[in-house]
Amino acid sequence: MSENVERDKVGTIIHGEDTPEKMEVEYNEVKTTGDLDSPVYIYYNWCKKCGICVAFCPTGCLERQADGSPFVAHPEKCIHCETCDRLCPDFAITGALVKKGEKCDD
Amino acid sequence: MAKIPQRKIHDYLRHDKKFPHVWCAGCSNGIVLGAVIRAIDELKLNRDNIVMVSGIGCSSRMPVYVDFNTLHSLHGRAIAFATGVKMYKPGMKVIVITGDGDATAIGGNHFIHAARRNLDLTVVLLNNNIYGMTGGQYSPATPHGDKATTTPYGNIDPNFDICKLAIGAGASHVARTTAFHAIELQKQIKEALEHPGFSLVEAICACPVIYGRLNKKGDAPAMMRNMRDNSIPIKAAEKLPPEQVAGKILRGTFIKEVRAEYTDAYQKMMDQLSPKEGE
Repeated sequence: MSENVERDKVGTIIHGEDTPEKMEVEYNEVKTTGDLDSPVYIYYNWCKKCGICVAFCPTGCLERQADGSPFVAHPEKCIHCETCDRLCPDFAITGALVKKGEKCDD
Repeated sequence: MAKIPQRKIHDYLRHDKKFPHVWCAGCSNGIVLGAVIRAIDELKLNRDNIVMVSGIGCSSRMPVYVDFNTLHSLHGRAIAFATGVKMYKPGMKVIVITGDGDATAIGGNHFIHAARRNLDLTVVLLNNNIYGMTGGQYSPATPHGDKATTTPYGNIDPNFDICKLAIGAGASHVARTTAFHAIELQKQIKEALEHPGFSLVEAICACPVIYGRLNKKGDAPAMMRNMRDNSIPIKAAEKLPPEQVAGKILRGTFIKEVRAEYTDAYQKMMDQLSPKEGE
């Protein structure tokens, strides 16, 4: 919790240091899935636990916790299809920005 | 404090408003808002040239959360206010966000006459089959036989087919899809924004908390599965026998034709009547 951010503001946009593409957002008391290498990020204080993302994930990457909120159970199964991103009514789930494929030398 | 990579959609939200938003868990309105934002982002429209107008209702809370010029007006009068905005500033993209009760019951008159005039508005109509915000009264879009808090034994009114109503009233672009088909919804909103003339996009939404609970339709994923299984594209429906199509939601663009637009006609009239130079 940085001191510059007011508590009543839920999110404040800050610009990343390296490139303008790496725009980041700070949310108060956000719990992520643990590490930033996860393919899907979930903002737990925006999530209302409706279960849509878990129900329509085509590969079963997401699962529900005991309280109904989703978590990334199988990160290796994510195919970056953005179904959860588009179908989330609360803007509470987003896929990690995927790098474009690079050509192999061989 | 966690830092999360941000998507474009969060850039269009007003972060000084209270989030999470006011809609219930599983309500499809957020999906439609996401589709509207993605369509605007895809067209790369200047957000200072967009006016988002709404009336009163669940869906009409939508302009509160987005960073455009917004107007949150009276119940049913969203299209009336939008007509005023469009006549004064014909260069602005005017998007009307309205609900089924807001547009077809209380504002039914404004709706059909804006369609008749072919005024260049983009109407996104969120049809959740009920008045959600005011406590679950039945609306003109509640299907025959379904329950609402004011029809506890079932609704005896036949419901409106809103797309047919708009086509009959003279709208020049009419499309319908469901909130489950979010990519199709984004495409239809994009086409509607590009279309010169009155364009209607009817988005079938799920209200799991009131309509779903009263009619035993299950939770939000169950209602969205129902949308997926009970809807059919119009091109596929043309090839099927009518008994297989009965009772299904038809998805797709029903009508798309370019006709004389109202603000253009008004401008021509003004040019004709205003005194020329040297007179």
